[in-house]
Amino acid sequence: MGRLTEAAAAGGGASAARSAGPPPTPLPLSSTSPGCAATMASSEEDGANGGASEAGDEREAAGKRRRLGLLATTWLTFYNIAMTAGWLVLAVAMVRFYMEKGTHIGLYKSIQKTLKFFQTFALLEIVHCLIGIIPTSVLVVGVQVSSRIFMVWLVTHSIKPIQNEESVVLFLVAWTVTEITRYSFYTFSLLDHLPYFIKWARYNFFIILYPVGVAGELLTIYAALPYVKKTGMFSIRLPNKYNVSFDYYYFLLITMASYIPLFPQLYFHMLRQRRKVLHGEVIVEKDD
Amino acid sequence: MKHYEVEILDAKSREKLCFLDKVEPQATIAEIKNLFTKSHPQWYPARQSLRLDPKGKSLKDEDVLQKLPVGTTATLYFRDLGAQISWVTVFLTEYAGPLFIYLLFYFRVPFIYGHKYDFTSSRHTVVHLACICHSFHYIKRLLETLFVHRFSHGTMPLRNIFKNCTYYWGFAAWMAYYINHPLYTPPTYGAQQVKLALAIFVICQLGNFSIHMALRDLRPAGSKTRKIPYPTKNPFTWLFLLVSCPNYTYEVGSWIGFAIMTQCLPVALFSLVGFTQMTIWAKGKHRSYLKEFRDYPPLRMPIIPFLL
Repeated sequence: MGRLTEAAAAGGGASAARSAGPPPTPLPLSSTSPGCAATMASSEEDGANGGASEAGDEREAAGKRRRLGLLATTWLTFYNIAMTAGWLVLAVAMVRFYMEKGTHIGLYKSIQKTLKFFQTFALLEIVHCLIGIIPTSVLVVGVQVSSRIFMVWLVTHSIKPIQNEESVVLFLVAWTVTEITRYSFYTFSLLDHLPYFIKWARYNFFIILYPVGVAGELLTIYAALPYVKKTGMFSIRLPNKYNVSFDYYYFLLITMASYIPLFPQLYFHMLRQRRKVLHGEVIVEKDD
Repeated sequence: MKHYEVEILDAKSREKLCFLDKVEPQATIAEIKNLFTKSHPQWYPARQSLRLDPKGKSLKDEDVLQKLPVGTTATLYFRDLGAQISWVTVFLTEYAGPLFIYLLFYFRVPFIYGHKYDFTSSRHTVVHLACICHSFHYIKRLLETLFVHRFSHGTMPLRNIFKNCTYYWGFAAWMAYYINHPLYTPPTYGAQQVKLALAIFVICQLGNFSIHMALRDLRPAGSKTRKIPYPTKNPFTWLFLLVSCPNYTYEVGSWIGFAIMTQCLPVALFSLVGFTQMTIWAKGKHRSYLKEFRDYPPLRMPIIPFLL
């Protein structure tokens, strides 16, 4: 199953970011193997073990995939084709809207149902990791998908006044191009006929798309802040029966701040993956 | 008596790091580590991992050179485990934090709540009780670290202290903020709820302590032996009949008690996160027991009787 090991190598084994374009919110810090839960699991029982080496992970992941059944391969192929198609539809719809109306006002409203459907459907990818038919760690995929869901449902869907901001179009374009590239990459890899230009796209587009997407997201959240503060939405105040409080405004501020440490990590990780896959560089990973 | 020669290579680069000649056959890995430190003082023994195979398991400090599958010229591979810190230091730091931090909120030190509340006291009895329970819990943990526990490993990676302290100190501050807040709402079912919760808490604290003592008695001072724990005369230890790690069971119980007592959602969340982590540890421990002991009691589950 050479195609899948290439996908694995391209994916960079367990710790890779799976998308070539701008993954919405960068990964948490863990670059150790998926089995080594990024909690204190290692600290109490086995402080000496820093986790399996990455080479070991890739071999294990490749082995796992070699045993991937026909059912799993069929399902994944279908899934990736469907997602490629879905995001293509979104892209076409966005272009058509802009060509017909000449403005971005109302664009989000016109594509929101399709966007919500396909982005939410991506939750399945967490299940794929859990059942082991995708070699990436559940934590990595979980964070990526969650941040997309957060952006779609908890920001653009819930905070209506910002739906016509330009920044929304910015990240929608970035996401669309990224996802079309990524899902077609997976599709062709599974079918064992990966054209070089798709591999090239996957490992080069992100250089521009990732910062663009992040900018779009941050600007959108920033634009939403005044409305959140004014309405006090999604917030719980004291006193209450369960002695807890939550302020969505501060939550958004903290989310924005979290991009600062996370974005560079993910960006540089993708750059390293790119050098490995496209230029065959052998990179000796630093010991954890 | 034939002496051994030991060469130590870097596990990743295969670079020759050290050559030791005239090594005694009965030398232990610990002694070899000490010799290695002489030529590379920045790699003190605790951060050395020596193995026979670059990708293999670490050799134990107690392993004897003669008994290893090596010729008279032994090749060992070295991996740097990174800066290490002692378990005792980590435990003391991560437990002293919550003790101190909670009290800052309890005494309503300035800049936490509004200035009109500085150094005021809550009018709810349960808030004072909660402070006693929380403080007792962490004092108990500190004393156990100093006088009860016998650790298998001496050290852990340095980064763990930052991770662990963030977790413990962060949650302590979050819980303490609400429990000691001027707008705190006491439990819905009043004194009854608090009494029940206190009973659960006290029983589980006693249980947890009993298990720690039982585990300590399994292992002679200074040794690293491992034995199957069994119930003793102390009724709290009878939980060993049903679970491998009753200390974790009791710990979760204590925090559930504390959550019911304070009726505070952050406490419930802290209990949930702790439970998740302890379940992972319990399952690991349970698996090690099963692997190491053929006659391990089959009725036992890792952490929750019959269930988990």
